[in-house]
Amino acid sequence: MILAWLLIILVVAGVLAAISARWSHHLARWISFAATLLDLALILFLWVRHAGEISLSPSSPWLEQLDGSWIPQFGIHFHLALDGLSLLLLALTFFLGAVSVLCSWTEITESVGFFHLNLLWILAGISGVFLALDLFLFYFAWELMLVPMYFLIALWGHERRVYASIKFFLFTQLSGLMMLVAILVLYFLHHEATGTYTFDYEQLLHTPLSSTAAFWIMLGFFAAFAVKLPLFPLHTWLPDAHTEAPTAGSVILAGLLLKTGAYGMIRFVVPLFPDAAREFAPVAMTLGAIGIIYGAVQAFGQHDLKRLVAYTSVSHLGFVVLGVFSWNELALQGALMTMLCHGISTGALFILTGALQERIHTRELGRMGGLWATAPRLSGAGLYFALASLGLPGLGDFIGEFLVLLGTYRAHRILAIIAAIGVLTATFYALRIVQRAFQGPNEHAWSLRDLVPREGLIIGVMAASLLWLGLYPQPIFNTFSPALHALESTVQFRR
Amino acid sequence: MNATGFITLLPIVVIAATSIAVMLATALRRSHIAALIVTVVGLCGAFACLFVAAPLVPYDVTPLIRIDSSALFYIGLILAGSLAVVFLCYGYYRRQTHSRPEELYILIATAALGSATLVSANHFASLFLGLEILSVSLYGMIAYSRDLKISVEAGLKYLVLAAASASLLLFGMALDYFELGSMEFGQIASAAALPGVDGVVVLLGVVLILVGIGFKLALVPFHMWTPDVYQGAPAPVSAFVATVSKGAMFALLLRYFDRASARNYGALLLVLTIIAVASMFAGNLLALLQNNVKRILAYSSIAHLGYLIVAFEASGDMAGFAVAFYLVAYFATMLGAFGVVTMLSTPGSDLGDLNLYRGLFWRRPALAAVFTVMLLSLAGIPLTAGFVAKFYVVAAGASALLWLLIFTLVVTSAIGLYYYLRIIVALYSRAQAPVPTAAVGFPASAALGWTLGVLTAIVIGIGCYPSPVLRLIQAMTKL
Repeated sequence: MILAWLLIILVVAGVLAAISARWSHHLARWISFAATLLDLALILFLWVRHAGEISLSPSSPWLEQLDGSWIPQFGIHFHLALDGLSLLLLALTFFLGAVSVLCSWTEITESVGFFHLNLLWILAGISGVFLALDLFLFYFAWELMLVPMYFLIALWGHERRVYASIKFFLFTQLSGLMMLVAILVLYFLHHEATGTYTFDYEQLLHTPLSSTAAFWIMLGFFAAFAVKLPLFPLHTWLPDAHTEAPTAGSVILAGLLLKTGAYGMIRFVVPLFPDAAREFAPVAMTLGAIGIIYGAVQAFGQHDLKRLVAYTSVSHLGFVVLGVFSWNELALQGALMTMLCHGISTGALFILTGALQERIHTRELGRMGGLWATAPRLSGAGLYFALASLGLPGLGDFIGEFLVLLGTYRAHRILAIIAAIGVLTATFYALRIVQRAFQGPNEHAWSLRDLVPREGLIIGVMAASLLWLGLYPQPIFNTFSPALHALESTVQFRR
Repeated sequence: MNATGFITLLPIVVIAATSIAVMLATALRRSHIAALIVTVVGLCGAFACLFVAAPLVPYDVTPLIRIDSSALFYIGLILAGSLAVVFLCYGYYRRQTHSRPEELYILIATAALGSATLVSANHFASLFLGLEILSVSLYGMIAYSRDLKISVEAGLKYLVLAAASASLLLFGMALDYFELGSMEFGQIASAAALPGVDGVVVLLGVVLILVGIGFKLALVPFHMWTPDVYQGAPAPVSAFVATVSKGAMFALLLRYFDRASARNYGALLLVLTIIAVASMFAGNLLALLQNNVKRILAYSSIAHLGYLIVAFEASGDMAGFAVAFYLVAYFATMLGAFGVVTMLSTPGSDLGDLNLYRGLFWRRPALAAVFTVMLLSLAGIPLTAGFVAKFYVVAAGASALLWLLIFTLVVTSAIGLYYYLRIIVALYSRAQAPVPTAAVGFPASAALGWTLGVLTAIVIGIGCYPSPVLRLIQAMTKL
């Protein structure tokens, strides 16, 4: 039941925030902040409570389950389940949720209530995606996060927000519909083979499929996840959406929404269609490797700081695709680590960009420079997260990318080498941020307020967690290893 | 006709009586509220009679009319839709003191009568009778704002095209009768199977009948009238044309195909596939070019009827269920969308221009929220009835392996999203409407407010928990 509460809290708090904003904007902010913190506390509580069980690698990977009938006519259940993989991603979700409420504290001044309603409902949709074990419910949650995200970009975004929001919506919706068709075909094929109509993940895992059918259905799922991820060449919505979204929107997009795509590949694409996925792996991995290089090169060429950070996501998520489709333990651990760390480091970079924009009202790198002199704390934080992004040892991103490279080397040498070059290219864009924005002479004679305590707190906590992930990642590995083992054994069994 | 026949026919009889009662009441004394009360009581009474008739079905009341549970279900849907339109009309015409809206209620009652006849028809004669009662009522309803050129033009356009399509329909019926010697749906099926029947003539007849039906459903290429009529007609009447009239026609199509075994003609299914693909593409693409909300909704309804054909072609029980469910969702959503337009309009100056919807959210947040829900439901986004309905349609299509249709549905509904989003963007835009119209500041009417509230509750309720409706549909519309 605690799983349902995770969702209920967000949904109800969203409505409360919308109503309370009539009287006080601060009340709406506090309600949202409290809701995200409460969810974070709940998930940490679950983590601590199940810490013992996790290391014992029990027979069932699920730590918590909730299963209730929803639409019995179609065999649809309200089936939520939590394993180590979902647990970590949920922790990231609520952490970044709290962060995004805090970072929009002064940025959002218009229709504050509606903003927080959207924000919390996106988080509810994302949590639903990470928890759903019924494919209908999964699709439901998948689509549910789109509408509030669309509003977030379209209403509180920057100059070209309408264009960016519509592009985002169309891309994700079209690919989502392909997944819907794929889900339905799987559903009917399962019925043909077994005589039961069900959307239950664990039952659908045992659907016998011909290799052609498996390939096409897999492609339907893959399309939806690849757009969300985003995989080159389906990434074109991303730079626009990230750039035009308000800071909280960019944090959630980069930190969480992209992860739902990667999660879908790990949870659904490979376990449901192991053979088709293995056949398809070279294509996906090649696209991932292209994405790594392409994203880095594009990032290097940007003049808009936010757009630059957006392109780095394309590059980082390329590693995740490589890791997932290599499908060995090292690579998967690396992919997950990259997902978590990218969420934090890129989220922090977006927050810093947002803080800069609030102060100097521009995102143009050309209008910056020499900010270290006037805002040392902000610039120091910028350097820290830029280094994290380029994969400095000691910070979390390094562990993730290193493991992905190791794992990929076993599966596909050439791609591993190309990806390693990608790590190098990251140095160029990361250092470019630092040099253009923070170092050099202060040509435009900026005199800025440095990070206020609220921003300092966010950035500090994010920096500390990244350092923790980089120095002592063992608890993380311990948590998701059983879940990964379970997924791997499913795939082994089906192959 | 015996007692059982009379009782099963009671819902239709009560609807007919309602129209007479409203006419008499209006003749006695012109009163808007009295006309409303008589109509509402009559329609509710007819609805109650459905429950009386339910235990006795299926029953053939004369060879013309066959009342079965699916007919009762669709009559119920027609009555509910008409009732919503009646309330919309009341809120709409109350804003203009010198208008004389009482006769509109008579026309709504007769149109509902025609629709109820259609969905229970079992014979070409009753089909044609129902169709003409419906059409003639609609001529009057569409041109009801008779001082308005655009309204009269719409009425005339509908009159001419409906008459033309009715003659094609009649010709088709005549061909089939000539070849098969019967006009009863059930006997057509058995006669067509006999040796010595010229299949080409029969098929030609069926295709002509399909043209007549396609016109009423506004399927491509018989859709030309739709945007003009929707734009010209008073907003509540547009709602009626979009929902009740099309829903009744679609139920008839389902019934005719089932009972007359028209599915056996492969060529016919091919024609339907082409029509569906064309409707989905044309509806969604042409809607992109519009700047008038009523016209956008018109093209959207063309596309939605295309989606319905996808479910229809799936055949079997699944098709019937999916169509029924889609119609329920579509009724609630379209009525809601036109309800919002009604809320912002006065007779003679319907709010169509998309520019005038700019920034509605900042002035009338509740109304804009309702409109958003309806548009998202039309687009098929979760938490709304439209999502479950679209899901059901795709499921039906996938179960019958109709890949071309499903693929078209997926692509075109992604295209369709764009114009729904355009309206939503306008609603939430911070720029205000260039001309602040009187209607936008119009006080909310209780009748309209409640209707919209109930419709929104239905759309979201079905979207979150569709089980009860599904159960009802599976019990009622099993073939």
